[in-house]
Amino acid sequence: MLIHPEEILETIQMVSNENLDIRTVTMGISLRDCGNPDIDVLNENIYRKITTYARDLVKTTDAVQNLYGIPIINKRISVTPIAVVAEGCDTPDFSSVAKTLDRAAEDVGVDFIGGFSALVQKGMTAGDLKLIKSIPEALSSTKKVCSSINVATTKAGINMDAVSLMGDIVKETAQRTADQGGIGCAKLVIFANAPDDNPFMAGAFHGIGEPECTINVGVSGPGVVNSAVRSLEDPTLGDISECIKKTSFKITRMGEVIGREVAKRLDANFGVLDLSLAPTPAIGDSVAAILEAMGLESCGTHGTTAALALLNDAVKKGGAMASSSVGGLSGAFIPVSEDAGMIRAVQRGSLSLDKLEAMTSVCSVGLDMIAVPGKTPASTISAIIADEMAIGMVNKKTTAVRLIPAPGKDVGDTVEFGGLLGMAPVMPVNEYSSEKFIARGGRIPAPIQALTN
Amino acid sequence: MVPSRFIITVIGIDKVGIVAGVTKVMADFHVNIVDISQTIMEDLFTMIMLAEVKKGNFDLVAFQKAMSDEGSELGVEVKVQHEDTFRFMHRI
Repeated sequence: MLIHPEEILETIQMVSNENLDIRTVTMGISLRDCGNPDIDVLNENIYRKITTYARDLVKTTDAVQNLYGIPIINKRISVTPIAVVAEGCDTPDFSSVAKTLDRAAEDVGVDFIGGFSALVQKGMTAGDLKLIKSIPEALSSTKKVCSSINVATTKAGINMDAVSLMGDIVKETAQRTADQGGIGCAKLVIFANAPDDNPFMAGAFHGIGEPECTINVGVSGPGVVNSAVRSLEDPTLGDISECIKKTSFKITRMGEVIGREVAKRLDANFGVLDLSLAPTPAIGDSVAAILEAMGLESCGTHGTTAALALLNDAVKKGGAMASSSVGGLSGAFIPVSEDAGMIRAVQRGSLSLDKLEAMTSVCSVGLDMIAVPGKTPASTISAIIADEMAIGMVNKKTTAVRLIPAPGKDVGDTVEFGGLLGMAPVMPVNEYSSEKFIARGGRIPAPIQALTN
Repeated sequence: MVPSRFIITVIGIDKVGIVAGVTKVMADFHVNIVDISQTIMEDLFTMIMLAEVKKGNFDLVAFQKAMSDEGSELGVEVKVQHEDTFRFMHRI
């Protein structure tokens, strides 16, 4: 037999016991040809285009899932940033577009649709501003729509006017979804250096440089990596890195074969494969557990940033060898609410917001799914965003913030979101004010590129 | 028509009639066995088959269901997966 029985059983073990999955198949659809000054016509164009392209997305991914016997958890759509598409509309409010996206997503049966977005790193157009102001209504009146705003890049610097505005928008979105623990904020990401082809929500959108229709795949396997690391006998950190590399190679190959097959069947371009260790609330499927497997008593203690740096780098190295289409976010995600190990670490007091911020300088994305007290001032939220944007800008990497100021909750409480979003213990923020700093607005200039030391 | 090849794995507690039951379903669906290996690993009956389908209108979902149903009756877990799942994952 050409394939060794042990290899076959290893693959089956990864799926059955270690939660290996294709986390998401995301169809990116360009809406650039949908523009119209009349928003009703625009909405009609958008609905028609999405439902035409994505009509067979769910059916096809289900068939490919059966063929290979690997579960595909989410089917999603990302679209051209709506601020670009709706720029020409003279209406002051774009939330009707979000409702159209929601309806289209519902009708083709996908889990989420991303792209209620704007790219404002250097400044805002009238359309960008209208879109941002529509976010609280858009996210509180729809179920499947996700929104992202890119407010900083390494080349443009940080748009502090937008950062300041987003503090208010995050607060208002939380208030408008207060009856569900502020869940609207779980669908809103603020980015630095946002990638154009990200398959992971809530930050997915179909970038301006992308073709008409692409299939991007997100693969995830923290459980597999965790189990591989734990099975090593008294390894050095070099051995651990080697083991993670080999494991992520295998996981990436899996995603590649599935992504290419889905794209072929749907006659779409195959875009990227993003291997990210994205945890789920399931026991063992945890990034924190991998860090603890390396020898830390509890995630968040001294050494955590170093362990995460090792993990993130090894994942990228394994992935880069396995596929020529590896996406920009590949590495480890460290959302709090979605990771049982992170939740435990917060509850036992070993993991603070400050440590999480430090960890984001070496991880895939950033401050993700973190609940803070509902009474946190908007300026403090803006300041947390600004810090995270600065880390991304200076280090030439993607960073993001997805914070939930949980309405009516305080430190010691817990917010429940259910499903993949999990539950989040409310974490304390620094009590001292950042208001004056944030109110200054303007732009933090881009860092100098020549003197990198 | 390019033939499709599948890896079929059968894992469970050993008993009389597992091979007979599973291969009967395969024959019903015109699924040919290219290679077969069977061993007892950690007290578990483990059978791995490389199977080939030449028919153009092969209904994979119906075959998977029939195999899985047969497995339930025999008290074993039966999986049918395209060979690329394993080939791509472990080989460059």
